[in-house]
Amino acid sequence: MERSEIKFWNGSIAVAEGALAAGCRFFAGYPITPASDIAEYMALRLPQEGGVFIQMEDEIASIAALIGASWGGAKAMTSTSGPGFSLMQENVGLAAITETPLVIAEVQRAGPSTGMPTLVGQGDVMQTRWGSHGDYETIVISPSSPQESFDLIIRAFNLAELYRVPVIFLTDECVAHMYERVVVPPKEEIEAVERLKPNVPPEEYMPFKPINDIAPMATAGMGYKVHVTGLTHNEKGYPMTTSPEVQEWMVRHICDKIRRNEYKMRDIEEYRMEDAEIAVVAFGIVGRSAKAAVKMARRHRIKAGLIRLKTIWPFPESYFESLADDIKKFIVAEINYGQVKLEVERSVHGKASVELLPKFGGAVHQPSEIYEKIKEVKNGN
Amino acid sequence: MEINATQHPMDKYLRADRIPHIWCPGCGLGIVLNAFLRAIDELKIDLDKLAVVSGIGCTGRIAGYINTDSYHTTHGRAIPFATGLKLANPEMKVVVISGDGDLFAIGGNHFIHAARRNIDITVIGVNNYNYGMTGGQLGPTTPLGARTTTSPYGNIEHPFNLCHVAHAAGAVYVARWTVLHAVRLKNSIKEALQKKGFSFIEVIAACPTTYGRRNKMPDALDEMRFYREHSVIKHGIDPAEANIEIGKEIIVGKFVDIEKPTFNDAVEELKRKVKKK
Amino acid sequence: MTYWVEEKEKNVHGRVYIIKDRCKQCGFCIEFCPQGVLKQSEEFNAKGYHPPKLVETDEKKCMGCGFCQMICPDFAIFVEREEEEDGKK
Repeated sequence: MERSEIKFWNGSIAVAEGALAAGCRFFAGYPITPASDIAEYMALRLPQEGGVFIQMEDEIASIAALIGASWGGAKAMTSTSGPGFSLMQENVGLAAITETPLVIAEVQRAGPSTGMPTLVGQGDVMQTRWGSHGDYETIVISPSSPQESFDLIIRAFNLAELYRVPVIFLTDECVAHMYERVVVPPKEEIEAVERLKPNVPPEEYMPFKPINDIAPMATAGMGYKVHVTGLTHNEKGYPMTTSPEVQEWMVRHICDKIRRNEYKMRDIEEYRMEDAEIAVVAFGIVGRSAKAAVKMARRHRIKAGLIRLKTIWPFPESYFESLADDIKKFIVAEINYGQVKLEVERSVHGKASVELLPKFGGAVHQPSEIYEKIKEVKNGN
Repeated sequence: MEINATQHPMDKYLRADRIPHIWCPGCGLGIVLNAFLRAIDELKIDLDKLAVVSGIGCTGRIAGYINTDSYHTTHGRAIPFATGLKLANPEMKVVVISGDGDLFAIGGNHFIHAARRNIDITVIGVNNYNYGMTGGQLGPTTPLGARTTTSPYGNIEHPFNLCHVAHAAGAVYVARWTVLHAVRLKNSIKEALQKKGFSFIEVIAACPTTYGRRNKMPDALDEMRFYREHSVIKHGIDPAEANIEIGKEIIVGKFVDIEKPTFNDAVEELKRKVKKK
Repeated sequence: MTYWVEEKEKNVHGRVYIIKDRCKQCGFCIEFCPQGVLKQSEEFNAKGYHPPKLVETDEKKCMGCGFCQMICPDFAIFVEREEEEDGKK
């Protein structure tokens, strides 16, 4: 039996190694700060593992290649940052409508536009949810450490395969560049989910007909001769561009397979929430400052707690709604001008106050800043 | 007497439940599809190991009619999709069939880079001089002076010579035919499919509905007769010499057929070299 | 010069098959048939087009070159070649 290994990795290496451990064998990407480290590391490691690395001519090509590779049967990933992710959006929609498993590691920097390329931001939360046009759902996962970058990227691949959906691994410049201890479990202890394949003869196969929410996926060369289109399509995969009924069926399917299973994807770290009166909501790098702030508050006998979201989308609405029966004060600390805050506000249905503690990019909240906000909320200002 | 039939010999390669296709009377796309299927037929290519990828537009619909693994992607992105598919699944024969606008305007960057890398795919670019599906707008191949819905006074842009672009970017096989050269086109497709590396065939096709009727060729037959009278076969000519201009002869033929290591072979070689035991 | 060509013509024929309802009346098969064996029919198909038919005068005029089936954009016509031993069948 192999033993766990202890590594000293930054968040980018952890993402890359985690992806390889999850079975990723295809990477297409385009250089962008601060996400290039992942691509560089994959260029080094993928051929060693029998995989393919290709640097494409832009981010649009990168995600298109990913979708192609996924239909070619490979687990595929790219890495990018805000501007590159913006370029990918049309094909995020293609991946959603064609129900293609893939993973996008999005290392956030401060935006909008070119913004602050080398410094942290968290302004892409809504872009991960609403970036492409039309109605669709994605899964978005956010790590706070190199260890989580390793563990959760594996989960990202597994969810992508399980739900046939693009998963966005929403990390940030700080977590990606931070070096820490990472415990890598032995291979046989890492669970890598494989996509469901059809087990019926080709003439009976309906490539987009879900069985328990998900349709088995026949990739290229399996003999199923599947037609895959970005047009509205029926269960057979054929375009149905003038049928509102098929459109409704299809949109409900690609959204509901995620919405219905939100509780299975829910991943929240609660810290000192058992008797908390004030809850700080945070994710990614800010989760660490927020935890420190909660500790400071507790030392001053303020009943504060931390809710750290590791799965951001689908948003755990019902979790917040029921929490708001007991907790009347929420603070959302994030490096943007209010994104997750809007979701918390929506979810608590007016049963609690929700305050934003923004940072605008280029810096992470100091624990003391969050602590000051906790005091302010506690005192009712 | 002619014999009434209900089945066509090529039906076995078509998704018969989707025929008739959506293309207008006289549209050249059906001829391209036919030539492609006959090439497949004559080469006895295993349909289970063939993937056809299209972008958006009238030509983009071709993939959906062929009974094989077929992918109708986003506008301009057929080539990078095909690149990913081929790299992830090297045993597949991957063919991109798409239009001039899709491959050379919105997707132009991908075309030149796939040719530069020498990705092992075949690209069939159907050039009908305009954006047909959206109503006949000016495209990257619209000849100088031609009228389209967005060049109502005549096109003032210089068009691409697609074969020249392909050659300059590094394609190992470059040919051009009109749809009237259907047999030669089929033979060219057979050659391209057997060629290792990035092969490109430009097919000049009639678009009577949105291009022809604004350019004094209102009937598809007018365009086809023009091909008969004004196309000249010049194998091996420098594609730079084969510009397309209104009213001038259309030079067709096989222009380039060279050998060059492919990206796919290089990837496999690299894997062998650095693979961890 | 033409003697042996005509010999060959006599020996190879084509049987023309038409899937009338697929025809969109582009006229390519009629225009480009090297032997001129096709013409537009009077009848309407399901889509309202006039599919082609054989010119009745000479049943054996079709040489089975298959060009019509290559340039038909609608998979509506095809030809079966038949070779005859002695010009008769």
